[in-house]
Amino acid sequence: MKAKLDGVLTGVHYMDGDQAACEGALAAGCRYIAGYPITPSTETVERFAQRIPCVGGIFMQMEDEIASSIAIQGAVWGGAKAMTVTSGPGFSLMMEHIGYAIMTETPCVFVDVQRGGPSTGLPTMPSQSDLMQARWGSHGDYDLIALCPNSPQECFDLMICAFNFSERFRIPVMFMMDECIGHMTEKVVIPHPDDIEITPRRYTAKRPQDYLLYGPCDDLVPEMPEIGKGYHFHITGLTHDERGYPDMTVDAQHRLIHRLIHKIKNYKNGIVMVEADDLDNAEVVVLSFGITSRIADRAIIDAKNSGIKTGKIRLKTIWPFPDELVKNVSQKARAIVVPEINAGQIVREVERAATDRCRIISVPHYGGGVHRVETIYDAIIEGAKVE
Amino acid sequence: MSKEKHPLSDYLREDRMPHMWCPGCGIGIAVSAFLNALKQSRYGQDDVVLVSGIGCAGRVAGYVKLDSFHTTHGRAIPFAEGLKAASPKTKVVVFSGEGDLMSIGGNHFIHAGRKNMSITILCVNNLNYAMTGGQVSPTTPAKAITATAPFGSFCQPFNLPFIAEAAGAVYVARWTVFHVRQLQKAILEAIHKKGMSFVEIISPCPTLYERRNQMGTALSRMNFYRENTVIKNGASTKDAVMDLDKPFIVGKFVDDDSKLTYLEAMNEYYDTTFSCDANYHTYTGSKI
Ligand code: SF4
Repeated sequence: MKAKLDGVLTGVHYMDGDQAACEGALAAGCRYIAGYPITPSTETVERFAQRIPCVGGIFMQMEDEIASSIAIQGAVWGGAKAMTVTSGPGFSLMMEHIGYAIMTETPCVFVDVQRGGPSTGLPTMPSQSDLMQARWGSHGDYDLIALCPNSPQECFDLMICAFNFSERFRIPVMFMMDECIGHMTEKVVIPHPDDIEITPRRYTAKRPQDYLLYGPCDDLVPEMPEIGKGYHFHITGLTHDERGYPDMTVDAQHRLIHRLIHKIKNYKNGIVMVEADDLDNAEVVVLSFGITSRIADRAIIDAKNSGIKTGKIRLKTIWPFPDELVKNVSQKARAIVVPEINAGQIVREVERAATDRCRIISVPHYGGGVHRVETIYDAIIEGAKVE
Repeated sequence: MSKEKHPLSDYLREDRMPHMWCPGCGIGIAVSAFLNALKQSRYGQDDVVLVSGIGCAGRVAGYVKLDSFHTTHGRAIPFAEGLKAASPKTKVVVFSGEGDLMSIGGNHFIHAGRKNMSITILCVNNLNYAMTGGQVSPTTPAKAITATAPFGSFCQPFNLPFIAEAAGAVYVARWTVFHVRQLQKAILEAIHKKGMSFVEIISPCPTLYERRNQMGTALSRMNFYRENTVIKNGASTKDAVMDLDKPFIVGKFVDDDSKLTYLEAMNEYYDTTFSCDANYHTYTGSKI
């Protein structure tokens, strides 16, 4: 399915990441945003509020982030594609409803423009410290997808992926920006709608009497029913059986959670997106994402100029994590350097995937700014040393 | 031998019976009042979506044969608002308890009134948190005993009709489950209003509230409702306070849906005063 003309602002623009994320959502077919103002994410909803009357849709400023994160799910069941946009403190308030979207298999997008934390932290300054929260923040076991753009252009491009993944897998997708990317203004090229591929909602074509809400499905992703069409379906956050009825048994829990996790796990290869350069003969590989990857790029050039064979992995998909790639790299390289604007979150994943095969060097930054190029460069030099 | 059909069987998920409510609980009466009202209404079964939160009354969504959503604790209202915004032709009814709607969800309730979203909110008020074992709720009368107020509640309870009116509800009524006919009529009226309509349904919880407060059986509570309610249509909602064992008023207190709903106001505003920036595509008037 191609994008709808109304929402796509085809052309070359100069806009910030927050605005580009909004344009990406509109191009992807998002016609409902519920949000609550919070720095540094507000520009996204402001632009949506300005744009949406022309496009035909609704922006609702809600009373808080909790309301926002469930109103979008109501809108999805009402037939819209929907997302909410926030930053750390608001993201914390939304956690329960990430779980609700997982459990009820409601396709939607949560945008978190990360700022320094914990608590009110650094409202106007960058951070990459909500990545574990995005993965594990809601209670219970589940799997989801989190994407991480590193430019305004990618805020547009990956946002379309985010919506497409959410519909493909019927899950909430976390869109993990950071303050720098959100507020950075760059060239953004928006293609013609015919060049934008959109995944439509997987509505069932079965008649109500032949339809089971969570009936057997090859790819573990059940088809959705439309409201008002005689399905009289029941959606609940309780553990449920194939009919969607509450079922408080070990068996039902096992079947449901296993399916919810494996509908993502089984298709991981189609979800993981990385940018990988010069990995084959690399002595040291720098793994980064978001704004940090752009500083790492400079450090990589400097290290290469100093004669160190330096490879690069940039994660566009944070969750699920590219275990295989990291494992392979760890068997060949001397070290993997992991700079990130947090106390060391993704480095744990690298350590887990690399399982002691090479040195892992964490380069943390507590937030409020970005790494200095030299800090990452020094870590590369350190990693290149033969022990 | 032919089995007799329940008069509401078309509207109930009979494959989920027996339900989980206790004998003597008032929620079943509230549900049948709602479903009977629905049968009488201009809405077909596919025109209505029911949204519940969490709690004993939150389970209503699981038993009615409608597209129904059992959401998270306190958040039925914002879910309903999002659904209504995306599907304005759908009649959206929120059915939940007072702990869910007025404590954890209280902020959403008053803001739904402010926005005047066109949804109907049916609030079963049984004066305590029942699902979790009978703790203090926002409407527990002062001095009433609950699991978390073993010596009697110290706080004054919320007066729900008063809050609903102050928040901007276009229709406010209160009945007990003893007043089955009036309750059904109130629900019938409420679901045909445009804007946020509200019906408070006073209901016994014999298992917890009445037992702890030695108020006798469900039947004696019904007698209490009969003898201690004063029907006062048009009364000031200020007077709708409920004390532990004093008479209280029931009736229709507010009925004026002349103001614009959220979506009406939005569309009117866009249609009349909004002109799209030349950079954008022309507004087509299409609304989701
Ligand atoms: S605990 Fe109270 S409210 Fe809940 S089902 Fe039993 S009687 Fe009804």
